[in-house]
Amino acid sequence: MTGHGANPVAGTLNSLRARLRRMRPARWLVTGIPWLWLVIFFCLPFLFIIKISLSEPALAQPPYMGWIRETADGLVSIVVNFGNYWLLWEDSLYASALYGSFKVAALSTVLCLLIGYPMAYAIARAPTHLRMPLLMLVILPFWTSFLIRVYAWMGILNTNGILNNALIWLGAIDQPLEIMHTSLAVYIGVTYAYLPFMILPLYATLSRLDPVLLEAAADLGARPVRQFFTITWPQSVPGVIAGAMLVFIPVMGEFVIPDLLGGPDSLMLGKLMWTEFFNNRDWPVASALAAVLLVVLIIPFLLLRHYESRAVVQAEEAA
Amino acid sequence: MNNAVANAEQEPLVRLQNVSKVFGSMYAVDNISLDIAEKEFFSLLGASGCGKTTLLRMLAGFETPTEGRIFIDGKDVTELPPYERQINMMFQSYALFPHMTVADNIAYGLKQDRMARTQRAERVREMLALVQIEKLGHRKPHQLSGGQRQRVALARALAKHPKILLLDEPLGALDRKLREQTQFELVNLQERLGITFIVVTHDQEEAMTMSSRIALMREGRIEQVDSPRRMYEFPLSRYAADFIGQVNLFAGVVSSQEGDQVLVDSEEAGGQLCVRHSQPMTLGMPVTVAVRPEKIRLPQSGDELPNKMSGVIREIAYLGDESIYHVELASGKRVKYTQPNVQALAELPMTWGQTIELGWDADRCGLLAL
Repeated sequence: MTGHGANPVAGTLNSLRARLRRMRPARWLVTGIPWLWLVIFFCLPFLFIIKISLSEPALAQPPYMGWIRETADGLVSIVVNFGNYWLLWEDSLYASALYGSFKVAALSTVLCLLIGYPMAYAIARAPTHLRMPLLMLVILPFWTSFLIRVYAWMGILNTNGILNNALIWLGAIDQPLEIMHTSLAVYIGVTYAYLPFMILPLYATLSRLDPVLLEAAADLGARPVRQFFTITWPQSVPGVIAGAMLVFIPVMGEFVIPDLLGGPDSLMLGKLMWTEFFNNRDWPVASALAAVLLVVLIIPFLLLRHYESRAVVQAEEAA
Repeated sequence: MNNAVANAEQEPLVRLQNVSKVFGSMYAVDNISLDIAEKEFFSLLGASGCGKTTLLRMLAGFETPTEGRIFIDGKDVTELPPYERQINMMFQSYALFPHMTVADNIAYGLKQDRMARTQRAERVREMLALVQIEKLGHRKPHQLSGGQRQRVALARALAKHPKILLLDEPLGALDRKLREQTQFELVNLQERLGITFIVVTHDQEEAMTMSSRIALMREGRIEQVDSPRRMYEFPLSRYAADFIGQVNLFAGVVSSQEGDQVLVDSEEAGGQLCVRHSQPMTLGMPVTVAVRPEKIRLPQSGDELPNKMSGVIREIAYLGDESIYHVELASGKRVKYTQPNVQALAELPMTWGQTIELGWDADRCGLLAL
């Protein structure tokens, strides 16, 4: 404070102000809001889930027992029950549901990629005035309820639905195809529902690619197929990974589509969780299942984060 | 077309035959015929939108001519895709592959030719040495400066030993100092490798410095094809005279012709101008007399100059090596006159508002149609 010897009060105030400025209150406010959001709407509920998953089921409201119990002789005991996790491990039902979810998620990710890549590429290379309308067509289904769109597929795939009737009318088949309530229907529904999540990040990456690079490759002797595999594909990998994660992760927990379109053979985690929660009223096991699914999904999510940050760095470098 | 094309006596390496390219209803390239000989350093010069880049892209194979044929080495390549042409191009934006190292960029063309790995590595080293960036082979393009990227682009385009190298504004992205230095490097490289260079540029100075021949383009057509020297000294049109270097243009009409001396009445010049011109002219024909600023001098006493006029100095631009004087004649016409600054004078010998005499010989100016 030596510099403000003449007016010590003003000097103290100034240094306080300077210290406050160094703490950057505005910055804390800006980053604080999303943190608060995450804590309230993600961390706390997840802790509840963990808590429930470590308790025992009960015929009560809520249908589980607390950790802290008072016994008859007035003693307070803390009971933590790991049995739910043990059950998940022991009963092969859960493992096969995880496998079922993984299979559907992986295969429909591949299907979305195979269908979505050419679509994203075509949109990215379309004349400028057509790009926005085409993208709108991709996003348009979101304006209708997800549930209604899945029900629409029931109408299409049913034994006497639109598809079968059309094929019979055309004379392509005599007997209706059994698509509804099979895993094929699940694949069709999931691929349809999640395709936009594949197309959008792919479009974002592909539209940033400089078409001159393909000309340079052609000039150096590369035919179109080689141009694609040496120039376009390597540069679109961050978009492919982002799209794959956006499809894979939610499909792992998907409940509505396998429930409505699938049959007894389409066993998936989401559906199982529903059964545990609402049919069996076994909240602890359902919570344990949810916790396990989250941990399983964190691994691909970390991968996504890794590639996203790489994509950002690449974009910055390109700029 | 003119004398300079006679250089291309033998079979030309590149022949454009009545080539046109239409985009929508616009002729980007309008009926151009052109021969380019082996080992030439040929420049396509013109303002933006004159069709020079379209012409280059047709040579590379990125655009197909709407009409006309393109021959390279006597072979019709008009319909050949770019990957089947023995031509390489250095792009204006360099178009380096961002996901590959410098060495992989240079090796890309060689890989397409399925060159063996060891041979390829050897060739990449050779190319890196050629453009003096031996130590940058492992870097990615974004880790390079503009000048280094330009060198990588050049090395990549030269790696396949093309017969013809196309360069689209090769120095456009470099700063002035680097540009001048690189101009000479490009010329040396071209002479050493014996490759035909076809360069697109909008910079007349660049074209003058590097080229063996220049094609000046305007609105899809070729205005003039000549060596830089002839282009400067004997422009064939007002546009050519004006585009390359500085020029004073005086509109007038032919009043008489005696031998190779043509007299032109010019109101702008405030009297009669005398031009040496051997072609017979029609009397009364509207013409333009063109004289370069550095061809004008201050008449000394006893000087017999056929062209003389006086005016008032309105502006002086001191450029260091020379000064440009804007002299206003009685007609209001401003004449540019340049004088080299031979001595380091503290004060200019001539100053604003001063009336001076200007003059030039009959063989120092040219006669242009209109």
